[in-house]
Amino acid sequence: MSREPAGGELPIASHDDVVRVRQLARSLAAAAGMSLVDQTKIVTAASELARNTLVYGGGGTARVERVERPSPRAGARAGVRIVFSDDGPGIPDVDQALAEGWTSGGGLGLGLPGARRLVDEFDLDTEPGRGTTVTVTKWCR
Amino acid sequence: MSGGAGGEGRIAALLGSREEAVLDRWTALVAENVRGRLTERELRAELTELYGLLARVHDDADGTVRGELRAALAEMSRSRARQGFSPSETAVGVFAVKQAVLEAVEESGDTEAYREFARFSAFVDDLGLVTFETYAAEREQVIADQAEQLLELSTPVVKLWDGILGVPLVGTLDSARTQIVMESLLQMLVETGSEHAVIDITGVPAVDTEVAQHLLKTVMAARLMGTDCVISGIRPQIAQTIVGLGIEFGDIVTKATLADALAYALDRSGVSVVKAV
Repeated sequence: MSREPAGGELPIASHDDVVRVRQLARSLAAAAGMSLVDQTKIVTAASELARNTLVYGGGGTARVERVERPSPRAGARAGVRIVFSDDGPGIPDVDQALAEGWTSGGGLGLGLPGARRLVDEFDLDTEPGRGTTVTVTKWCR
Repeated sequence: MSGGAGGEGRIAALLGSREEAVLDRWTALVAENVRGRLTERELRAELTELYGLLARVHDDADGTVRGELRAALAEMSRSRARQGFSPSETAVGVFAVKQAVLEAVEESGDTEAYREFARFSAFVDDLGLVTFETYAAEREQVIADQAEQLLELSTPVVKLWDGILGVPLVGTLDSARTQIVMESLLQMLVETGSEHAVIDITGVPAVDTEVAQHLLKTVMAARLMGTDCVISGIRPQIAQTIVGLGIEFGDIVTKATLADALAYALDRSGVSVVKAV
């Protein structure tokens, strides 16, 4: 039995931290048995959202964990869940933020809507002045 | 550190009267640890300076001597860190003075000095922490410097053919890296007058919107200088992720492998590759 990488909570305060979140997401996704394509998808989504937390949220944390859910076929299905949270200014207009091509910071405007398409479950919890929490989950197929 | 190292001054007096003996012992103890990597003379000079300050700490009213002592220790641990000494080898340089002083106290048989020794010992421990902190900070600096050097090393621009440049990218592509890549690519374009450039991202683990934006900017800048850019090394998982994110590379030519890209660039510059019969 090989040692499984442990999940955990990482701070996001610099661009190096974004890389660390990405690496942890990749090792957990690989350990969960995800295909290379799905690994790349969750890692890329993690990269987008971690950078959003840093750039727009003013820094925060990312909790990366392995999750499981019952499957009708064989036992349980594994997945990776990442929760990004910050105490930043929050998002005033969620529909606009999720719209394609809209950016408040000079990017391509694809980060949030793109990340949503790359994962299986996407939950955005925000309120102006109260910070933002984004939860994403990717399941093994 | 109220009371300083000396307390009522027995240890300070001892430090003054037995200077040669204590210093000899201190040097010997430290020399045992750093064997061969520092000459006895260098070490002696270093420790003599520290010893002088240590002996004066007793009547240090405004804290200047203490400040000097900390500065001297910081300097010592910085140079140790640069020379590759281990943290314990660095710290022992300070802690060994306790052993040397204790032996001197034992020899003198002064019971009052023993009591003072506890306070002196705590003071030296405090100094030890200073060396430790400086050592750690210096090592961090060394790592940061190396990361920067690596950054420059890892972004070469190579000539693939007459008029065709190659930019193999490996690792994370952040803003700083992109800036270096762009600068060296544009500079090479001017120097070689190349009309084609192949940016290979086989070694880039993940292409997110930021990386894509950096790539697009680099291609645009090269275009403004009249160079055609091809992006190669797009692996299946990267291609699917780019589509998922909704990134569009527009009319930029992309290829799966560096070989495809080179063939394309050769073709565009009118070179045909044929097998020798």
